[in-house]
Amino acid sequence: MSSSRATAGGLIDRSKTVRFIFDGKPYAGLEGDTLASALLANGVSLMGRSFKYHRPRGVVTAGIDEPNALVTVLKGEVREANIPAPLLEIYDGLTAVSQNRFPSLGFDVGAVNQLGGKVISAGFYYKTFMGPVVGPLKGTRFWMFCEKFIRRAAGLGRVDYAPDPARYERMNAFADVLIVGSGPAGLAAAKAAADRGARVILADLDARFGGTAKWSDETIDGMSGADWADMMVRELSGRDTIRLLNRTTIWGYYDDNTIAALERVTDHKAVAGKGERRHRHWVIRPKKVVIATGAFERPLVFPGNDRPGVMLAAAAERYANEYGVLPGSNVALFTNNDGAYRSALALKKAGAEIAAIVDVRATISEAARALAAEAGGELLLGHAVTSTSGGKQVSGVSVQPFDLASRSVSGSSRSITADCVLMSGGWSPAIHLASQAGAKAIWNDELQAFLPPESRGRWVGAGAFTGTFSTTAAIAEGEAAGLAATGGEDTRSEPRLVVDGALDPRPAPVFEIKASGKAFVDYQLDVTADDVRLAHREGFVSVEHLKRYTTLGMGTDQGRTSNVPGLAIMAEAQGAPIPEVGTTRFRPPFAPVSLGSLAAERYADLKPERLTPMHDWHVEKGAIMYSAGLWYRPMIYGQPGETVEQAYVREAKAVREAVGMVDVSTLGKIMVQGPDAAEFLDRVYTNMFSTLAVNKARYGLMLRDDGVMMDDGTTWRLSETDFLMTTTTANAGKVMQHLEYFLDVVWPDMKVHLTSVTDEWAGTAVGGPKSRDVLAACVTGTAVDNATLPFMGIVKGEIAGVPVMICRLSFSGELAYEVYCGAGHGQHVWDAIRAAGKPFGIVPYGLEALGTLRIEKGHVTGAEIDGRTTARDLQLDGMLSKKKPFIGSAMMDREGLTDDNRIKLVGVISLDNRPLNGGAHIVEQLEPKEPNTSIGHITAVCYSPALGKYIGLALVKGGKKRHGQRAFTADPLRDRFGPVEIVSHHMFDPEGNRMHG
Amino acid sequence: MIINCPYCGPRDLVEFTYQGDGNRTRPQPASQDYPAWNAYIYDRLNPAGDHNEIWQHSGGCRSHLAVVRNTLTHEIKSVEFVRDHGHRKSDGHRKTGAAS
Repeated sequence: MSSSRATAGGLIDRSKTVRFIFDGKPYAGLEGDTLASALLANGVSLMGRSFKYHRPRGVVTAGIDEPNALVTVLKGEVREANIPAPLLEIYDGLTAVSQNRFPSLGFDVGAVNQLGGKVISAGFYYKTFMGPVVGPLKGTRFWMFCEKFIRRAAGLGRVDYAPDPARYERMNAFADVLIVGSGPAGLAAAKAAADRGARVILADLDARFGGTAKWSDETIDGMSGADWADMMVRELSGRDTIRLLNRTTIWGYYDDNTIAALERVTDHKAVAGKGERRHRHWVIRPKKVVIATGAFERPLVFPGNDRPGVMLAAAAERYANEYGVLPGSNVALFTNNDGAYRSALALKKAGAEIAAIVDVRATISEAARALAAEAGGELLLGHAVTSTSGGKQVSGVSVQPFDLASRSVSGSSRSITADCVLMSGGWSPAIHLASQAGAKAIWNDELQAFLPPESRGRWVGAGAFTGTFSTTAAIAEGEAAGLAATGGEDTRSEPRLVVDGALDPRPAPVFEIKASGKAFVDYQLDVTADDVRLAHREGFVSVEHLKRYTTLGMGTDQGRTSNVPGLAIMAEAQGAPIPEVGTTRFRPPFAPVSLGSLAAERYADLKPERLTPMHDWHVEKGAIMYSAGLWYRPMIYGQPGETVEQAYVREAKAVREAVGMVDVSTLGKIMVQGPDAAEFLDRVYTNMFSTLAVNKARYGLMLRDDGVMMDDGTTWRLSETDFLMTTTTANAGKVMQHLEYFLDVVWPDMKVHLTSVTDEWAGTAVGGPKSRDVLAACVTGTAVDNATLPFMGIVKGEIAGVPVMICRLSFSGELAYEVYCGAGHGQHVWDAIRAAGKPFGIVPYGLEALGTLRIEKGHVTGAEIDGRTTARDLQLDGMLSKKKPFIGSAMMDREGLTDDNRIKLVGVISLDNRPLNGGAHIVEQLEPKEPNTSIGHITAVCYSPALGKYIGLALVKGGKKRHGQRAFTADPLRDRFGPVEIVSHHMFDPEGNRMHG
Repeated sequence: MIINCPYCGPRDLVEFTYQGDGNRTRPQPASQDYPAWNAYIYDRLNPAGDHNEIWQHSGGCRSHLAVVRNTLTHEIKSVEFVRDHGHRKSDGHRKTGAAS
């Protein structure tokens, strides 16, 4: 219990207690706390176990760069893993658990891995488990044995399978300027741009705006940094041209200044507001971006640098000043730069004792020396920390004299007692967004950091992001950036009076202290300095290989704290300067993004859907609805006690014996109009349409240019120049695009106009021996007898006062009609047909019965037109005109497409009187235990009431040649094997007497 | 990426559908020149640099656009209606990967 709440200070509200649960234990924090600050305030320093060695770990940072303190948040059944504790705002009832420990955080059996630490070095898994079996404890088979134990021990948070009840949304926004980051530079830029009347969006990933100003000890214009930030935000928030987005992470920088952001709307609330979505995915299109994302402090790499209680100096400063939390009472600091001195003084002021400041440099600036004197404690220049002591909490450090030139320690070691060790290894600007925008980072030797390159006009940088670490200069740079981004002159105001800021930002080029013991580079993935050197020795010279071999920087923290130290160690091992080793390019996302936010309203009950005019009626009548693309169609209209099979058999039987009706409104409908419409259809269909008489319809096939089947449907000639084309439901959009492409790109001279009218017409198909009687009973204004309305004829009339268009065509194989009316009258006409059909026993039928009727007839649909089959494969050779060229006519005759051995359409009948399965293979011999050569597969199955058998359609090699032969269905996944007879696909009424009747 | 549709103005990528390499010429409908058909259907240029592409503004006016786009930078050099401009003509015998 070394960390504690300071007696005063911080931006938390000390009057408001917040209760939360961590690892099953209740705690109290204050409003404004994060999980990390609240746990520290409660004296909890152990927050997780490490990835590989299960070492105890505490919080290292105070922000999104956190590699250690990753927790899982539990909300009901839903677990969300790998949330950085310093980013997790607490609320009443928050329940979080630590990760990667078993059975508990304090006692973890996996920690035994530490004893075998040398064994589990970089490449351990590759070396031990991959490759041929040599001896009992090596090779792939050994891996298969060990995997389940290793999977349990390794890895971070666990996911679960509970559906996420939260809802998400997407927002688009436009702006003149987007400012990323609300530190002093970002706020100054926002103000400067806003003052010029620009539309500004200011985004910050924290709950509160202000960045470092919230917690630095500096004063700006005589105010505390936090007050200055609040004042700036107040000035901005009143204006309607300004949008302030807090808790918003800008995570992707794409072409043409398209920016992706995630706003965490309700994650910090115990109860979400009414209608509030959990996360909002923003797509922002600013003309200019000001990047003011600041910098991340780097750890120093030394043995024991991962013990709980060791953290970054600026993080400790932030805990003290923003959250009123002391990470320790007796603090030692270890640094290679001046920045840590300010942190030392901040902790001193907040109530901690400074035990010592250990600096690798032999000489420091006067400003730093003055801060050290004020902070108190021993000042050990030219020294380095060589180890830490303690168990689950640091209790002290060993220090030794350090020589900067040789970068080595020598001489006598001594111990310093401390319950908190702060480290500072310099700063790395957060250049991720600039890197995503395509720029290559440039190494700066003075700052020992990668800096953003010159922007190519899309963005402007300001503040620590550009390597400008002084607050005075950052504010000036921010103002200049705000002006530049709005096309203004650089007329920045007088320099702000910032007190306390002028420290030398240049660190000594020291990243690692070499001494015995594990010195961690990447805390999250347990990569040590020795692992990096091992990778070098084993020949992984490229930084990309280093990354993959050691996993350095591949955790959810994306190596924010580890990339540069890792590169520096690699560079030293290679004897090359850092820029020659290079850095990896940052790619989106900058931080983890919820998949829900990307799906947004395209998910679950928010998904768009298309409903036919008769949809409500179907649902009311108990239809089970099926989704077909965005459409919903009735599958069966079940009666009480009926199985699905009983229902569709009853419906299909009624169509064959009396009459049925089905909603066909979902069929794609395209008006093809113009003087060249008939010629156009001759080119896109395989058969002739120019010869079609007015008021007649014809079935047509469409191929793709490569000769493969694309779609089928009937097209009705309504006048010389007007055709109504129908397509399958699934292909409506694709066919429209196909036709448009040919008209616009290939034949721009053709005078044809296309209009999608799918939603304009409601369609009802009426089929069965009594269908003519039903229409005769309800249609007025036209006769429907065989002479007036022959097969494939079209008439216009009225039903119940509504104009209708009727075409006599049949998918079921029965005497059948399709009745089209304006979509608004769909239900009215449906009701009228149903009323007229009652005396004839009309039944509504769904897709299952529709499928059954067409399988019996051998009519093809999408299951057979699967993007691989040709017209000949589907036994439609007669549809291929020899009199004219059409799309696909040249390529359909290629030898590969005309090979006799291709799979071709046949019917199959189950000989064991059991149902067949779609997708099952057809084989010649049946030996269930042995692999059999497939000669094809089943595409569609049903129980045929007309034949009294289980039947199916199949694509089988040889096609017609196998009619009458016996074969077998083989479906190992569903364990269905059995004999079938291959027959013609025309299984019922092959002569078509019924539909012509 | 933003494409400046000559009819609708600058619009986001999500409104457009890529319709392939714009360097291809379809043989005459009755042509029996199989190599030409093969080139049209299967050969695609894949340049590192400026590329002639066809995009349809499927979420807008539905026009097909001849777009010259740099495949390295995604910079769009020009956008025209295909129907006015015609797509880039090549002889149809182009070898895979050859420049147009």
